[in-house]
Amino acid sequence: MPSLKDVKMKIAGVKKTAQITKAMNMVSSARLRGAQMKMEAFRPYAGKFNEALHSISSNMKSGAFALMQEREVKTVEILIVTSDRGLCGSFNANIIKMAEKLMNKYEAAGKKVTLVCVGKKSNRYFRKTGKVREKFVDIMGNFQMFNARAIAQDVAANFIAGGSDEVHLIYGSFISVARQLPKTMPFLPVKSVEAEDAGKTETKQAGDYIYEPSPEEIMDVLLPLYTNVMVYNAMLEVGASEHAARMTAMDNATKACKDIISNLTMVYNKARQSAITGELMDIVGGAEALKG
Amino acid sequence: MAESIHLEVVTPSGPIVSDDVDIVSAPGYGGDFGVLANHAPFLSTIKIGSLVYKKDGKENFLMVSGGFCEVSNNKITFLVESAESGKEIDVDRALRAKERAEKRLAEAKTQTEKINMARAQAAMQRALARIRVAEKHGK
Repeated sequence: MPSLKDVKMKIAGVKKTAQITKAMNMVSSARLRGAQMKMEAFRPYAGKFNEALHSISSNMKSGAFALMQEREVKTVEILIVTSDRGLCGSFNANIIKMAEKLMNKYEAAGKKVTLVCVGKKSNRYFRKTGKVREKFVDIMGNFQMFNARAIAQDVAANFIAGGSDEVHLIYGSFISVARQLPKTMPFLPVKSVEAEDAGKTETKQAGDYIYEPSPEEIMDVLLPLYTNVMVYNAMLEVGASEHAARMTAMDNATKACKDIISNLTMVYNKARQSAITGELMDIVGGAEALKG
Repeated sequence: MAESIHLEVVTPSGPIVSDDVDIVSAPGYGGDFGVLANHAPFLSTIKIGSLVYKKDGKENFLMVSGGFCEVSNNKITFLVESAESGKEIDVDRALRAKERAEKRLAEAKTQTEKINMARAQAAMQRALARIRVAEKHGK
């Protein structure tokens, strides 16, 4: 039986933990709103961008551009986007698990795998494997387009230089506040439309466009921009997912704290009662003895 | 002015303009170009500069930075990294940015740092475009 004082202290401690988790939950829900707004503001841009890229690339040969070049795959690069901070449930663990699975798959097939980690959590996990080629940490807090550009440029330059023959992007996609799933996406080489949705006959008068400058030159500008858009989108989604995941995790933690508190209060009350009973027995016993 | 063209300006931080306008003029790859209603399908890259559109006889100015624009089905869409209207522009800040860029350009010549030079030049162009748009808005 723990002493009354021990139980009392424990209850106070758990109460404090509950206070912290509650606060974290509220902070995350406020941040989530911001991140979600940012993500939603970006969607029209990304959507329009894809449309335009597809309408141009549909009548062009893919081999003509460095970023679309398909080579025999010897080295696979995985670009992993996680959050910088933890305490958000299994969110980062799920992304890392997926990345590891992909890594093992390619390694089993005899390919070399290199990693680019965005966010502290993935970097910390993969650091020891020695496969991390580049890391970008401490940027998830308040990221801007230029962060995404730096990452995209680095990965693209490595791809063009032959450092990797295929790049995959893994990030935590935001489905809803209650659901975030890790997602894998082919990143480089950029696939042209025919390869992606062959069968669909929606090429909208693509050949009739007046291009200024030439389509090839436009593609030279568009393709790097496209990689920026992909990375930025991934970062935005991870940002929103992280806060949503933390909200859920902290909500659960707060509930767990409340359970523990009620259990401990029960223990405390029982201990108190038995102490009182013991004391009463003593008094009654003493009085009896005096009488006799 | 019976016919109009639908203008949309979209940036990564959200759509800026979505409106039916009479004429749009923008800084394209080969210089400024104008687009009226029922223009042929057209695709061009956009440089840093000022985008002008006219609606009901009133001219509106926007500062745009790099991106591209697509015209199709009587609709003109700008996808640019940023767009600011005249009243949003902080002229003092733009002037400061211009000075900073000037200084950097002067220094870069001695250090021959190509990357920094390109960046400073881009910053300079943005600052100048902002100042121009803000001036026009003030008139």
